[in-house]
Amino acid sequence: MSSQAEPFAELPIAPKPPLRRFHQARWDEPIIFELSKTGRRGLAVPEAGAEKVELPESVRRAEPPRLPEMAQLHVLRHYLRLSQENLGVDLNIDVGQGTCTMKYSPKVNDQFANMIAELHPLQHEDTVQGVLEVYWRLERMLAEISGMSRVSLQPGSGSAAIYANIAMIRAYHAARGEGHRDQVITTMFSHPSNAACAKTAGYEVITLMPDADGYPDIEALRAAVGPRTAALLITNPEDTGIFNPRIREFVELVHGVGGLACYDQANANGILGITRARDAGFDLCHFNLHKTFSTPHACGGPAAGACGVSPELEPFLPGPMVDRTDDRFTLTFPEMSVGKIRPFLGVTPNVVRAYAWIMAMGAEGLREVAETAVLNNNYLMHKVLQIPGASAPWDKRRVEQVRYSWQELSEETGVHSEEIGVRAADFGVHYWTSHHPYVVPEPFTLEPTESYSMEDLDEYAAILAHVADEARADPEFVKGAPYNQTVHKIDMTPLDDPKQWAPTWRAYVRKHLRGEPQ
Amino acid sequence: MSPFTVGLVVNPVAGLGGAVGLKGSDGAEVQREALSRGATPQAANRAAHAVRTLLSRHPATRIVTVPGAMGEHSAQASGAVFDLVGLPASPVTTPADTRAAVIALKDVDLLLFAGGDGTARDVLDAVRGLGVGAPPVLGVPAGVKVYSGCFALSPAAAGFAAADYAASPRRAEAEVVDLDEERYRHGRVSPRLYGVLAVPADRARLSGRKTGSSSAAPATVEGIAGEVVARMRPGVRYVLGPGATTTAVGRELDLVTTLLGVDVVEYQEGRSRLVASDVTEAELFALVNGHEAVAVLSVIGGQGFVLGRGNQQLSPRVLRAVQNLVVLATQQKLAALNGRPLLADTGEEDLDHKLAGHVQVITGYRESTVYRIAAASEENL
Amino acid sequence: MTHPYIPNAEPGVRAEMLAAIGVPSVEEFYADIPADLRLDRPLDLPEPFVAEYDLVRHMRGLLGNTTDTVQALSFLGHGCYPHHVPAVCDEVNSRSEFLTAYAGEPYEDHGRFQALFEYVSMMGELLEMDVVNVPTYDGFQAAGTALRMAARYTGRAKVLVGAAISGDKLSKLRDFLAPDIEIVLAATDDDGEFARVVDGRILTADAARVPFDESFAAIYLETPNVYGVVETRGRELADLAHAHGALLVVGADPISLGVLAPPAAYGADIVCGDIQSLGIHQNYGGGHAGYIATHDHERLVAEFPSRLFGIAPTKVPGEYGFGDVFYDRTSFALREEGKEWVGTAAALWGITAGVYLALMGPQGMKDLGEVVLARTRYAMDALAKFAEVLHAGAVHFREFAIRVPDAHALLAALRAENIYGGVPLDDRTLLVCVTERHSIADIDRLVQAVKEAL
Repeated sequence: MSSQAEPFAELPIAPKPPLRRFHQARWDEPIIFELSKTGRRGLAVPEAGAEKVELPESVRRAEPPRLPEMAQLHVLRHYLRLSQENLGVDLNIDVGQGTCTMKYSPKVNDQFANMIAELHPLQHEDTVQGVLEVYWRLERMLAEISGMSRVSLQPGSGSAAIYANIAMIRAYHAARGEGHRDQVITTMFSHPSNAACAKTAGYEVITLMPDADGYPDIEALRAAVGPRTAALLITNPEDTGIFNPRIREFVELVHGVGGLACYDQANANGILGITRARDAGFDLCHFNLHKTFSTPHACGGPAAGACGVSPELEPFLPGPMVDRTDDRFTLTFPEMSVGKIRPFLGVTPNVVRAYAWIMAMGAEGLREVAETAVLNNNYLMHKVLQIPGASAPWDKRRVEQVRYSWQELSEETGVHSEEIGVRAADFGVHYWTSHHPYVVPEPFTLEPTESYSMEDLDEYAAILAHVADEARADPEFVKGAPYNQTVHKIDMTPLDDPKQWAPTWRAYVRKHLRGEPQ
Repeated sequence: MSPFTVGLVVNPVAGLGGAVGLKGSDGAEVQREALSRGATPQAANRAAHAVRTLLSRHPATRIVTVPGAMGEHSAQASGAVFDLVGLPASPVTTPADTRAAVIALKDVDLLLFAGGDGTARDVLDAVRGLGVGAPPVLGVPAGVKVYSGCFALSPAAAGFAAADYAASPRRAEAEVVDLDEERYRHGRVSPRLYGVLAVPADRARLSGRKTGSSSAAPATVEGIAGEVVARMRPGVRYVLGPGATTTAVGRELDLVTTLLGVDVVEYQEGRSRLVASDVTEAELFALVNGHEAVAVLSVIGGQGFVLGRGNQQLSPRVLRAVQNLVVLATQQKLAALNGRPLLADTGEEDLDHKLAGHVQVITGYRESTVYRIAAASEENL
Repeated sequence: MTHPYIPNAEPGVRAEMLAAIGVPSVEEFYADIPADLRLDRPLDLPEPFVAEYDLVRHMRGLLGNTTDTVQALSFLGHGCYPHHVPAVCDEVNSRSEFLTAYAGEPYEDHGRFQALFEYVSMMGELLEMDVVNVPTYDGFQAAGTALRMAARYTGRAKVLVGAAISGDKLSKLRDFLAPDIEIVLAATDDDGEFARVVDGRILTADAARVPFDESFAAIYLETPNVYGVVETRGRELADLAHAHGALLVVGADPISLGVLAPPAAYGADIVCGDIQSLGIHQNYGGGHAGYIATHDHERLVAEFPSRLFGIAPTKVPGEYGFGDVFYDRTSFALREEGKEWVGTAAALWGITAGVYLALMGPQGMKDLGEVVLARTRYAMDALAKFAEVLHAGAVHFREFAIRVPDAHALLAALRAENIYGGVPLDDRTLLVCVTERHSIADIDRLVQAVKEAL
């Protein structure tokens, strides 16, 4: 065979095409149980070195669990292949998961989180002064950012923080002999966890709908408040990205009837250092450390939440809190505490990461985060609204995110927003619609935090424009997506059929391989 | 396995009135007037568009239709191979022809019809006669008025929804409303609930699932009904207006109430009582006059009407006698109003203005909202 | 300087973007925020460390002011356990692809769905149950939710909880089940186990007879319990619960199930707990995640507030797709009352626990269980010479309690020897934890130090 093959390409390399020729990893990996071979081991365990304990039959396991039996490399390889079949913030222009504030989580902060890996939460205070100091310092910084007097870092997520706030609201009213207050008011474009957590805590929920301008209807609030009002739970800017300028009036209306005002600051990224919860009169607020303060989203947790309160609510905070005495940090339990929201002090690795992130930014940096997040959002909106068929309902300014609509495109082509999202992922990005019920028809929600460059935003908008063009030219093609993903279009039907659904491998084997009934 | 079979019915005169400003096409007189004003029939084209879209998504579909303008022409225009059943329709299409066509196509997997609310009403009439074996239906919007829940957003959307149904046959219920066209021509929208039809459940709406999203339990009709009953007090008379949600309130009380009529119930611990069913205005007035009463109403159609001619038994004097109004609606339904108010159109403007303000709307179990209600005459429809 | 984390803070880029939008400054975007709500000063925060090395030095300084359980010899447990974390677990959960992913669709994030499906599937094998949730926050939350599920399922509003659970968990349950579910505590038997069942009643150690009737939704039993005691009366309690239409809810640490019978084997209807033991570091209490498991009964599945992932077919033969099982289930659930939220919780710890179970396999889990049982017993016997070991007759897994004259004084003395001797349950009672990380020599060192201190 000749070593001088015909040349088939030449230098210089041609310019890149306008859109990335992405293909997601496709390892075609079996389910892990299919990789098992009897007798293989992934890890050896130390010898006991002591007499074996014979268990009574009533508590002894009869059959060994049918776990996979694999060598170590093969376990590692399987999971690394699965890891590649994901798009994390570190890999994509993650502006499409609106409301989630997908920002860069600095790698160095993971190193700091690892430094506390071997600390036990019940070690004597003398042996953990450094980590207590991190808790104390982060609390002081979040208190300054929110204007609140104290902040609990215990909750495991944003929703858990909302729940903790509601637990404090309940305890506050009970302590004042006003346990009859059984209604919580929220708004349609506040995060739905506000309503869900309030219901879990036993409250009746009144949800204010947006008025014709996209703001929660203040006249409806006036009609809704009364002696049964326990609290207003509200997000601002709401998930539309619109800032409610009458927020102080909302707070005052609720205060006027003896209720508390609780600020969901999940959307705080655009207003850091610009405006503060306490300055608008709020009694409680919460932050999501995995959103605004950059801890990684970790496939859906571990996350962390922070609850800020005014002086009146301090006695009800979850315990313990970290206090500083003259020369040391110590744990204390607030006198009328709602108790435990989760085990121990909090999700410490994320508390450490959030602290380190703020320490890398400072006051000026946080302000720059906010302004850039808002600039990025308005720049992206400017680009998206040039795409025929896309719109942003309500002609209003937007802060850090926008809930857009493909209504026009969908009516023309029959292609739904969800389907556009699946196709957009063929170009290596995420995309999200909205919470249900859809108030904005055919919605999509984009939130380009401060982490993305102008070039990133141009690329994302170009992907959407391209998919919209495809929808008009060949809607069937868009509806058949994905094409460049790990797997092809999924038929979700069996997931809703009790005879077919398979929430574990053993259920799958029983129903579909052995054919046994439920 | 036999192929997915779709029946096609077209109301060829649907939408005729719209383009020439007649606000509806019901009645031979109006149709003639429309044609004389230069209207061209659009329903056939829209039906063909839907069928083309369906076949592009699901080529194995078998199309069955009726001869002539009521289907055959559209099927031809779509390029589909199709089968014919039934007899040729009369030259001027009447509601009876629509009903006959539906009956001729009763064995299909899905019935696609092109028309407006009037056509939907005729389809519903025929489907009711078919009983439990009736196919689900899907409307291709081609009329002037398409306020019923059985219509897709566009012809293409109808085609796609039909194809989705072939892949995943799940059904949902949709309300059919109709407007009094005579009033509509005079600028008054007053929808009334006509009944419910089985339609394909739109599976696409279930996607977009997200770990980070928190779902409060989606509100259900049962949840709303449960909340209404939880708030009932013994000795009070509850006036249940027309609608599927108010019917669910009856079910929650173990009472059989009417879908389209107005019923009066009394709550009692353990055993509630149906005081009167499908009452006239006079009967209703006698029952609520001088008696503590609450009117429980659902929102009819896409315009936000809670008081219009659809429940005209709730006359001005009845409404003056009833002390309280409670409205039932899912958040979804209120969201679709885009911030527009609920509407009261009692027939007396003074009373409408008195009712205007904010009203409590029950949206689920222990869930409600406070929503603006306005006099219909004030709103620019 | 343009901050390294904010690419568009670069002044030229910023100007270009503002020009493209057609506004003079970012102030324009904030015009809806009223002047009286605007903060008119910079935030009062410490001077930042923008340079990465400066930050590293600062953080090392702070976190260096600790002595962890590798630097000291620690016998601390009580809800957070020092098991060995395999290197592969750390490797997988620190991958950017997993660590920074969130909530994509089952296409571009297929790997996350498969990894979590495999986690719940391996837990299912360990538990011998067909339905396991994508992790909730922690074992506390799992117990709270499991009891709420039981209450919704039965339509009842009272639960009987064995008193041998941690005070913190009980605090969480009291808050989370309020206001609609009443907790009745069953005092622990003298042998350290759940109270006995006598003639269809619960006979507690304090001689109170708790009538168990149709008003109860569930019995909650934890094993091993707060004292490390392995409960042996599961079957009796299951029978009692079932005779009254109630459910048996069992809290179990999955690390024990290589040797201990899965609760389903003695009739548990819902099993729940924390998975921190499965390949997750102690993390100063930040390594928790909760599991909830049931059999595949549609009515019970309908009560899960958490997500459930399942296999679904794709267009291509031989390809596994995934999605949410019974996504609409909340609208089919029996009762509207007391529903819960679902949200971001602890998915990455679930993936990690799956890696751990795959590495261990059936034999590894059995070997590990036997080591822990044997060393726990060894430590109990050795300490019994110098201190009173509580419930010494019972089988213990990983933990046991000793009674000493002054728990805090003993702990202080041990700390001086660089030993964290245990968790004080009260002024005289100390909870000691022993895992496969504690060699016989480590245990002997503790015993010697206790002997010298007492």
